[in-house]
Amino acid sequence: MAESENIVAETAEKIFADLADAQTINNDKKGAWKAPLWQALTEAGLPLAWVPEDCGGSGASLAEGFSVLSAAGRSALAVPLAETMLAGWLLAQAKISSPDGEMTLIPASPKDRITLNADGSLSGRARGVPFGKAAKHIAVLASGSGGLSIALIEAGKCRIEAGLNLGGDHSDTVTLDKVQSITIKPAPKDFDQSQLMLMGGVARSLQIAGALESMLEISVRYSNERVAFEKKISKFQAVQHNLARLAGESAAALAAATSAADAIANSTAFNDEVFLEAASAKIRCSEAAEKGGAIAHQVHGAIGFTIEHILHRYSLRALAWRDDFGSESFWAVELGKLVAARGADELWPLVASR
Amino acid sequence: MTAALRFDPIRLPPECEKLRKEVRAFLAEEIAAGTFDPHKPNREDTDVPEFSRKVGERGWLGMTWPKKYGGHERSFLERYVVTEEMRVANAPTRRFFVADRQSGPVLLKYAPEHVKMDILPRICRGEVCFAIGMSEPNSGSDLFAAKTRATKTDGGYLINGTKIWTSSAHIADYMIAIFRTSPPTKENRRHGLTQFLVKMKQPGIQVNPIGQITGQYEFNEVVFTDYFVPDDHVLGEIDGAWKQATSELAYERSGPERFLETYYVLTELVRAVGKNPDTRSAEGIGRLVAQLHTMRRMSVSVAGMLQAGKEPVVEASIVKDIGTVWEQQLPHRVRDLAAFVDADATNHETLENQLSFAIKTAPKLTIQGGTTEVLRGIIARGLGLR
Repeated sequence: MAESENIVAETAEKIFADLADAQTINNDKKGAWKAPLWQALTEAGLPLAWVPEDCGGSGASLAEGFSVLSAAGRSALAVPLAETMLAGWLLAQAKISSPDGEMTLIPASPKDRITLNADGSLSGRARGVPFGKAAKHIAVLASGSGGLSIALIEAGKCRIEAGLNLGGDHSDTVTLDKVQSITIKPAPKDFDQSQLMLMGGVARSLQIAGALESMLEISVRYSNERVAFEKKISKFQAVQHNLARLAGESAAALAAATSAADAIANSTAFNDEVFLEAASAKIRCSEAAEKGGAIAHQVHGAIGFTIEHILHRYSLRALAWRDDFGSESFWAVELGKLVAARGADELWPLVASR
Repeated sequence: MTAALRFDPIRLPPECEKLRKEVRAFLAEEIAAGTFDPHKPNREDTDVPEFSRKVGERGWLGMTWPKKYGGHERSFLERYVVTEEMRVANAPTRRFFVADRQSGPVLLKYAPEHVKMDILPRICRGEVCFAIGMSEPNSGSDLFAAKTRATKTDGGYLINGTKIWTSSAHIADYMIAIFRTSPPTKENRRHGLTQFLVKMKQPGIQVNPIGQITGQYEFNEVVFTDYFVPDDHVLGEIDGAWKQATSELAYERSGPERFLETYYVLTELVRAVGKNPDTRSAEGIGRLVAQLHTMRRMSVSVAGMLQAGKEPVVEASIVKDIGTVWEQQLPHRVRDLAAFVDADATNHETLENQLSFAIKTAPKLTIQGGTTEVLRGIIARGLGLR
């Protein structure tokens, strides 16, 4: 799908350009940029893009929503757009309508579990919950004796211990102690926590790939401006080769993330092939965040290490996003186990499945 | 800023899956018949003419070329599937691979009609082998410093000089080479080289084998002494070979051979660790598979763009850069992960032998067909840095 044909992504890009300019946000110490940005996103129907119209959303396709997340990554967006989209998507799996306002979702890590108690309340602890403090509502995947359920709860009913991720965005610990939900319904038969984590992981992969695109762009621009030893630093072969490697990491992240998004958007079942796509995207994009981000900083020198410069908005968020919904190490182990269980001669057929 | 890099998520069309099954069935038959052993990439005899003819019979050579030249007018994506299946099976493709990938398309674009009618159908039948004459003893990456001369004579040119590192020259029927027809100009140091079709196995050509550190003899020195090339074997513009190089390279740079060269060690590692690997092995394998999958999706994406008539030169160079670096590191990563594998595993000896060969192969992967340094220069130019 070409970007120019995607009116949803174009709308998002326009809002980000107008209201989420990295330099403006970086200069704004009081956070005055947040409210108008969220207002504009809400008016455009983007936070509930993945919620069908009959559940209160705007009913965009998965592919359209994924392209919004790419654009959000390119802007290093620091409001809970991805989280609200994912929460709305999770609720829609059980035909639960989404409320207005910011949402997040739990668990946000494959290691955490929320339990559905016999009395219908929810208990458990979720760590590393993105924008937990900013959320008015939380979408929950909970396991009970009868299987998995999906619930909508008020964030105010939970105990939320604030934390910050590498990028300075909230990454909180959310504790539920017999919380009564607003709505709770059984999850679809084939749904599991792994699918939720991989959906979140693909969202983060797209955001990382977007951030790397921007890091490449601003690094190239800077190298064409900065003069050292009486010439632009872009004319030094060592700098050129570093930027070529950054382009390679950016390209790998872009290819892995968009391929996984395409696989999810066009598959009917969550099979091994989709697992390969989604897990690979999270692994490879996380690796690219490390390698690519290091080069972007190297090209910028000391100025890129300052709080005044915008580079950290991209580089630190890309690093932080590695941790959400299962790190690259976690998914590498899971993918490795899957590959081993299928056996050596089934590896190539899996890789060549698309 | 230049245009953003594109890697559209191409899905292989249904006809590719049908074809893939046919190729796998064919390769399984050939393996069963003893034509080649997929577990032995280090075999000495990499040239199997009979296999080459069978691949031609199946219609898998010149797949994208016009039917009138013996081609099959199929898509780049179908050709992609055949190429990757052959590579993963370690099939003996040496005899036809260069002709099918690279030389045929050059002839299609630049050769006179009667030459095309003569040679292209024979490539499609798997009967002829091509070599590429680029490097010389004093010009490798600096392609346009080539000195081997083509001097105009009655009805053609006389060639004098030496090409080197020429893969398959000892078995090749033809070579496509660049020779100097004029000195470079002050304005353009790339000026003055012309592309020629050279018939091998003729007087005036001497092929001297060069041993490689793997123990194989795949590349050669090729010495030309008053070797005659007729006028109708000039390919393209006199003195203008530099204009013809770039589009050719997009085909050459982004194929599955650019990241699958050492793939076999990964398969064998998965076999050695068994169904229930420890955490270290699982994580290592998971990362390698994720990297492999990403490479392949990038490479398929470039094939899709070529099919759509685009020339993704920068994207293709990126695929070759990170693909060759990956396949170079792969045997070392597999060796790390194999350190604690049960030495009594049934395939342990196979894995050890493969690792030994792959580790010795690894250094060439980032040199052949355009070094990492050259590729990064091309990428940098695409980024607007040069």
